[in-house]
Amino acid sequence: MGDSAHPITVTVNGERHERVVMGRQLLVHFLRETLGLRGTHIGCDSGNCGACTVICDGKAIKSCMQLAVQADGREVETVEGLAGPADPPTRLQAAFTRHHGVQCGYCTPGFLMSATALLQERPSLSREEIRRGLKGNVCRCTGYVNIVLAVEDAAQGGERP
Amino acid sequence: MSTQAPIRTWAPPAPVEKSVGQSIPRKEDGRLLKGQGMFADDVWMHRMGYVHFVRSPHAHAAILDVDVSKALQVDGVHATLTGEEVRRLTDRYPQIAPEPGGRLKDYCLAVGKVRFAGEPVAAVMAETRELARDAAGLVDVEYAPLPVVTDATEAATDGAPILHTEIGSNVGWNGLYDFGDVDWALEHSDHVVRIPHLHFHRFSSTPLECNAAVVNWDAGTGVIRIESNNQMPQFAALFIAPALGVRTDQLQFNSQDIGGAFGLKLTNYTNITALALLSRKANRPAKWTEYRSEHLVGSCHGNERTFRDIEVPVMADGQILGFKVKVYDDVGAYMRYEPLGGVIFSQVLPGCYRFQHLQVDYHTVLTNKTPIGPNRGYSRLQHLWLVERIVDIAATQLGLDPVAVRRRNYVKADEFPYETPNGCLYDSGDYEASLDRALELIDYEGWRERQRAAAGSGKRIGIGIGSTLDSGTNNFGQARLINKNLPYSGNGEAAICKLDLQGEISVALGSVPQGQGHETTTAQVVADALGVTPDEVWVQAGADSARNSYTAFSGTYASQFAVTGIGAALGAARQVREDIVAVAACVLECAPEEVLVVGGIASVGGDEERALTFAEIANLVHANVGALPPDVADAVTLNRRFVYRPPFGVPDWRTKSGHLTLTYASQIHVCVVEIDDETGVTTVLDYAIVDECGTPINPQIIEGQVHGAAAHGIAAVLQETLEYDEAGQLLNGTFWDYHVLTCPDTPMFKTDNLPRPSPFTPTGSKGMGEGGGGPLHAVCSALQDALGPTVVVTDSHNPIERVWRLLHAPSPADRGGATVESR
Repeated sequence: MGDSAHPITVTVNGERHERVVMGRQLLVHFLRETLGLRGTHIGCDSGNCGACTVICDGKAIKSCMQLAVQADGREVETVEGLAGPADPPTRLQAAFTRHHGVQCGYCTPGFLMSATALLQERPSLSREEIRRGLKGNVCRCTGYVNIVLAVEDAAQGGERP
Repeated sequence: MSTQAPIRTWAPPAPVEKSVGQSIPRKEDGRLLKGQGMFADDVWMHRMGYVHFVRSPHAHAAILDVDVSKALQVDGVHATLTGEEVRRLTDRYPQIAPEPGGRLKDYCLAVGKVRFAGEPVAAVMAETRELARDAAGLVDVEYAPLPVVTDATEAATDGAPILHTEIGSNVGWNGLYDFGDVDWALEHSDHVVRIPHLHFHRFSSTPLECNAAVVNWDAGTGVIRIESNNQMPQFAALFIAPALGVRTDQLQFNSQDIGGAFGLKLTNYTNITALALLSRKANRPAKWTEYRSEHLVGSCHGNERTFRDIEVPVMADGQILGFKVKVYDDVGAYMRYEPLGGVIFSQVLPGCYRFQHLQVDYHTVLTNKTPIGPNRGYSRLQHLWLVERIVDIAATQLGLDPVAVRRRNYVKADEFPYETPNGCLYDSGDYEASLDRALELIDYEGWRERQRAAAGSGKRIGIGIGSTLDSGTNNFGQARLINKNLPYSGNGEAAICKLDLQGEISVALGSVPQGQGHETTTAQVVADALGVTPDEVWVQAGADSARNSYTAFSGTYASQFAVTGIGAALGAARQVREDIVAVAACVLECAPEEVLVVGGIASVGGDEERALTFAEIANLVHANVGALPPDVADAVTLNRRFVYRPPFGVPDWRTKSGHLTLTYASQIHVCVVEIDDETGVTTVLDYAIVDECGTPINPQIIEGQVHGAAAHGIAAVLQETLEYDEAGQLLNGTFWDYHVLTCPDTPMFKTDNLPRPSPFTPTGSKGMGEGGGGPLHAVCSALQDALGPTVVVTDSHNPIERVWRLLHAPSPADRGGATVESR
């Protein structure tokens, strides 16, 4: 039951946070509970479902598979960072609505972060590349078809999603 | 000085475009896309403790001792709970089954013995999640293992280890459904097809959000506040209240967003009960969020079903007269929604077909496995799979075209409403038109050509059909077919519609949706009823007991919202409209029939001088009521609760017949698979679904439900299975080995919708969404088509290794999967 305390500095959605975290705290729990950013969800605890996907230093990662201490010195972007409460949705978010790529919405933040990272890496993607690129995220409601169409739509512009 | 156009202050009300039938963007999406949803694990309460359950490693064992003393010594541990305390503090949950199955004793923790691996035996509540988990590891439980039974047919035989000794056997319920004269049909038909064994496997539609709840038993008021993702709170209340010995109105359920449920979040009342006890004991809120591995091993699964001794009378022209079958339904260790599966299948007894002679000998069987819950398509998809296997196997064995056999036997478009042999009334449909359209969508003839061309290439192509039904809006009187003493019948859903202080329109539902878009479809229907746009209607859809918009049947389950929830919202909105008209007619001094309600204004024929806005009407009723004549002030409220009640009576428990469900949506699936001869790898090459669910409210939401249900079916038939070893250990309790469907596994479904409005429902819409397991039927049919008549596809789960076995090393059961006797 022993645990160790670690000071970390992490930038989340552009805001710098200095915190002392327990050694066993997962990054996803740090985001949800310590910072109160509850848009990042937990679905499987084993790195399979991608509900906890965030972007860390430009790469999509599963925040249930990392400890909070590992985020020390890094820049993390969560779903709350895509568009502020008063801002219009991003092109990708708007495409999810247009194509009905959201049902219960539990997997949605993870899909948005994976797709955002995917489109940032390669703005122009074929349908097959999108389908393979989203393999790390599980959705139980939509059957994926409309999610693929939404990402395909957002990819049309070839700029930041 | 330039002349300016006068500022327009009045535009004569123009008809607002009807919203029903349009794919308007969902109202829910705004918050969900920005990470602003509020799910059960997002709820925090001051001073709350975290709960961890101690679970049994044994599938069947006597509990000799539970020692929590070491856990209690840990700093930060608030409380523990054991089965023995639960036995003292609570009553067993009510049972649906009659005697002897109804004697089953079920509590929120195992009492005396454990009956499945993963069953909770104790719980620990502590300051943090991690501490609770660590302290739970210090709870010592002493077990004496008992013999295990995991197969339903074995469990149903004499001499099998008995799970619940008070029942005296493992058969929780048994009933014979017998319509027409199947023995006569078997004697007089041209052929009899016999299928010794079919097996529908165990899987779970497992929602991405696991079960979660925060429960606070307030010592001062006695209110038990339950923030959870339970999908049918009033059903849960009917179990929790008697167990705890509290009033149902002490239980205050709340939720906003639920991360999918698929019927699997109905039976978490057991966990909620334990949290309530811990909260009372520690005088703190108790929070619990299930881990995925706990969800897979410890919550609930879909029904596993074994079909034995199937006999099918068939005429030379392909007419199938019916069938006879023995059913062993494996419900796991407890009956938490069961044995309702033992009647719910009979909603669709003959499937899409005109079968007249049907006999089903149904057994609900308890085994040492995780209890089942009403997983999407509950009990009907297993039965519809049986019906579709029967049609396919009969066609294959007799050398008939499976498409032609279906056409020959479908209920015809001009026969609706169609009464089945067991008294169910299929409201509307045109299965053959849907089949034609689905065949067209995939270019059926083109695939048949490619199938012939592929012969001998090492790749086999198979084309399969799945005809399925989504029976919706239950008559709860069907529970009496299981237990004639149950005081349930009919159905009903509540909604409240009101004009608030400044004329704002809001609706409160009882449906507790989990992604089905009820906020949107309700707003569409209410907007049309009140002459406004859906943007102007605020819909509150999550649970909130204090809103009082519920009945005992409230909830999102069994494909009913488009009938019950919409019926309730529409009824309430129409009553509010009557209030609006009454106030306007009084103030504007006109007849009610002269009042035009459009665009948030009630006027006399659109006259600017004789008009009241909704805000003015609301002000008169809520704040300026002295200005209204007392007879009007007494009659109007602008706040109306309406209960929609479908026109059901009580079905006849003696004959097991009657109107069991109000609507029958249909789906015809056609799929094309390619099997690699060498490896058995099956790839879905093309997939079409034609859906019929009456008048569409929001076509895009319907399509989304069709896609989602189809994905569950594809997953189940090719990837997802819950497998146990002989000791009753679940072998795949994580997402590493329970292979959930991912994006590249899922075909880009082609869909169409052919509406045949229901004559029985408020808007002509039918409930839909469960989907009837179409891909299980269609993919098995396509595999059969690819493999030919020498082997029989007898299992609903066909992963690579099973397809390889059918190709290269068929067992005697695969080869002798069916026999034909011809006269």
